[in-house]
Amino acid sequence: MGAGHAHTLYVHEHSLVHRLPPETKVLSAFLFVAVVAITPREAIWAFGAYAAMEAALVGFSRVPVRFVLSRLIAVAPFVVFALFLPFIGAGKNIDLLGFSLSSEGTWAMWNILAKATLGATASILLAATTEVPEIVRGFGRLRIPPVITGIASFMIRYLEVIAGELARMRTAMTARGYDPRWLSQARPIAASAGTLFVRSYERGERVYDAMLSRGYNGVMPALDTRSATTREWLGALALPLLAAAVALIAVTTL
Amino acid sequence: MSAAVEVADLHYTYPDGQSALAGVSFRVMPGERVALLGPNGAGKTTLAHHLNGIRRADRGVVAVGELTLGDDTLGEIRKRVGLVFQNPDDQLFMPTVGEDVAFGPANLGLSGNELEDAVSSGLGAVGANDLRGRVPHHLSGGERRRVALATVLAMNPSILVLDEPTSGLDPAGRRELIGVLQSLDVAQLVITHDLYFALELCSRALIMDEGVIVADGETAGLLSDEQLLSRHRLEMPYRA
Amino acid sequence: MHLRDDLLHREVATGAIQDFPDPEPGLGEPIATIAEQFGQFSLNGHTEILLVANDSQQGLGWRMHAPDGFLTAGTAVATGAISVGTVSVALKQAKEQMSEKMVPLAGITAAFVFAAQMFNFPVAAGTTGHLLGGALAAILLGPHIGALVVTVVVVVQALAFADGGLTALGYNVLNMAIIPAYGGFAVYSGFRKLLPKSKGGVVAATGLAAGISVVLSAAAFSIQWLFGASAPVPFDTVFGAMVGVHILIGIGEGLISALTVGAVLASRPDLVFGARDLHPAQLQESGKVPLRAFIIGGLAVTLLVATVVSQFAVNNPDGLDFVAEDTGFISSAEEHSLGDSIFADYATSGINNEALSLAIAGTAGVLITLAVGYGLFRAIRPRKRVPV
Repeated sequence: MGAGHAHTLYVHEHSLVHRLPPETKVLSAFLFVAVVAITPREAIWAFGAYAAMEAALVGFSRVPVRFVLSRLIAVAPFVVFALFLPFIGAGKNIDLLGFSLSSEGTWAMWNILAKATLGATASILLAATTEVPEIVRGFGRLRIPPVITGIASFMIRYLEVIAGELARMRTAMTARGYDPRWLSQARPIAASAGTLFVRSYERGERVYDAMLSRGYNGVMPALDTRSATTREWLGALALPLLAAAVALIAVTTL
Repeated sequence: MSAAVEVADLHYTYPDGQSALAGVSFRVMPGERVALLGPNGAGKTTLAHHLNGIRRADRGVVAVGELTLGDDTLGEIRKRVGLVFQNPDDQLFMPTVGEDVAFGPANLGLSGNELEDAVSSGLGAVGANDLRGRVPHHLSGGERRRVALATVLAMNPSILVLDEPTSGLDPAGRRELIGVLQSLDVAQLVITHDLYFALELCSRALIMDEGVIVADGETAGLLSDEQLLSRHRLEMPYRA
Repeated sequence: MHLRDDLLHREVATGAIQDFPDPEPGLGEPIATIAEQFGQFSLNGHTEILLVANDSQQGLGWRMHAPDGFLTAGTAVATGAISVGTVSVALKQAKEQMSEKMVPLAGITAAFVFAAQMFNFPVAAGTTGHLLGGALAAILLGPHIGALVVTVVVVVQALAFADGGLTALGYNVLNMAIIPAYGGFAVYSGFRKLLPKSKGGVVAATGLAAGISVVLSAAAFSIQWLFGASAPVPFDTVFGAMVGVHILIGIGEGLISALTVGAVLASRPDLVFGARDLHPAQLQESGKVPLRAFIIGGLAVTLLVATVVSQFAVNNPDGLDFVAEDTGFISSAEEHSLGDSIFADYATSGINNEALSLAIAGTAGVLITLAVGYGLFRAIRPRKRVPV
């Protein structure tokens, strides 16, 4: 049952990148990707530089290269879309091997491919070096409202529990010869979704009771007091700062 | 001496009109361990939820020590009555064991070293200090039970209310749990279908059926009364 | 009674597998009821369309999670601002609705939505769709909590699963959480006014709203493309492709959402936010709802939405241009990637005759939709019991 989807991308390692506080990594990834996104597509060398930075980071964090590449498949549908652009884009003005290609479309293809791949790699690296509850903790330290991080944290806590219930239902269905191939056979799936919702909601009520029993008064207690040191911030922000320098040179020299 | 918990003539009807508690009265003295036995649907869990006020009775009184349950005493009573839920997955809702155990004492206003001490003593009481950084989902069944107990012990309650603590445990996990519970000198009310567990842990037992207490006495005596047991859908398993 | 249900019940009697949701009292019920509804005008023969629950994640799934760089930076920032603003409103409203219970309940139902999105169903030509769940969440939990919950899902998917770009979060949240939840709930409320006040009415309105919500998302994405395209593909091509594909996805989304809500209504009707106006007695009525009306209405509305939006776009490109210029999108667009091609050279991009291409696409869309709808009909009707 699509279990692959529920598995996080965390790769257990002991690199310096793994040890950085999550809030520094979250912010660093956001800034890096933002710099990539606003870099003019004509500055091809700049994207090469970004790729080199990411490659260095992959090596540094000891995340297997194959792992990163295999997770990049997530952007594949958009890559396919991008690959069509030279053929369907406006203004057919390049001739290549007998095809007339659109220069605007080709540039657009390059732009999407480069930015989507660099962005996805950054996300993969963040997720591979930071456990999911840590990412949420990082959000909290970046002053995201505690209600949001609270919801995210409960979601993550119960995701595997609920996915496990789903898997057991599917096993029970399969054990009785249920092998859906057509939409006509979807009713038991929808029924299991309904059951899952009711169970999830009722679990939410029980958890709320358990929280009340331990003195919950509507505000999640602040248990997280650690914050990153200046050195850790500098270490993490080195990446987007370097990228920003590259972007600046790219913009000024175009 | 006032009772650890005392309940008098408790009545409760579900919103759908079904009666759950129909006049429950009993008391548990400090340091006493009492088993609460009875068939499914007898109202045991509902009763447990009344003891710390997450359900409020239509009629009757709940008293913990010298305090009577009411809006003004709710906070203090929830601190004193440590309720351990049937399913540890409902009890352990925080990202890590350490944070989960800290949740209760932090709500009581503890922080810094005091909070740290409460967490260590809770985990220490169940021998789980090494589980502190773990994610609840990845614990074994026995570990989850012990940690669930620790989340409540960290609040230093005067009575523990445990709902089906042995369900889903393997024999070793069950044995460890018995050891932990016997080592605690806090009063305990233990809801269970595991009659040998009740016999081993509790000198006194209550039998509940259809929303009332139908028997109250020495565990060994009640459990040897086959007619009483079968009237209430209970049975001692065969013992070699 | 449906053959498969019979089989299942019989096997329940012989083998003892727990956890299967279908049999006995609660959740089996609505399914049969819906089957009866569908059965009123069902046809013979069996089925060939679509299908559900592709277990593996291999292959190219149809995914809505757009990557970084798919729309221009300006669009990313603008949609991000809209999303942040809407989520903060949702947050405030949600707190009022659920009070102290909100964090655990919203968190655990978010885990449900996440899990529900693992339901994959093929759409057409090798693409698969997964349940998006925005409208479903809004109908079950109310639009504010629904929007909030799906937003958290989308954000966590981006951060923990690298699904969708970090700088694409603005439009991904808008298109996958906010528009389906609020738009879907608005459509749901509209249909509830037209349909009977019964369980059947709720289920039918859910199906229509969930289906349409997917199309609304696709349309919204197309409009964002108009403002912030990263490639020289004209709006109407994107619109046609997005809306066309999503009409198909919407059928699966609508059907599964409707059946899910029906299943919840059967066991815990009090949990369905969108059915709170019904008395217990009204919930008892299975309400032989006009399934014919349900499907025909769904098609009609979907096509209406598509036509209105596309005509607006085609006939008033200047209008949208104006908005784009006015809000400064053009400048950011030009700087980054798109050049003049979309706005300035509208008529020469893509197929020359906009009206004609739109008409062709529209007709094809209607035909495909009808074919799928017809197949669905046949698929859903209860089959005769096979003698054993």
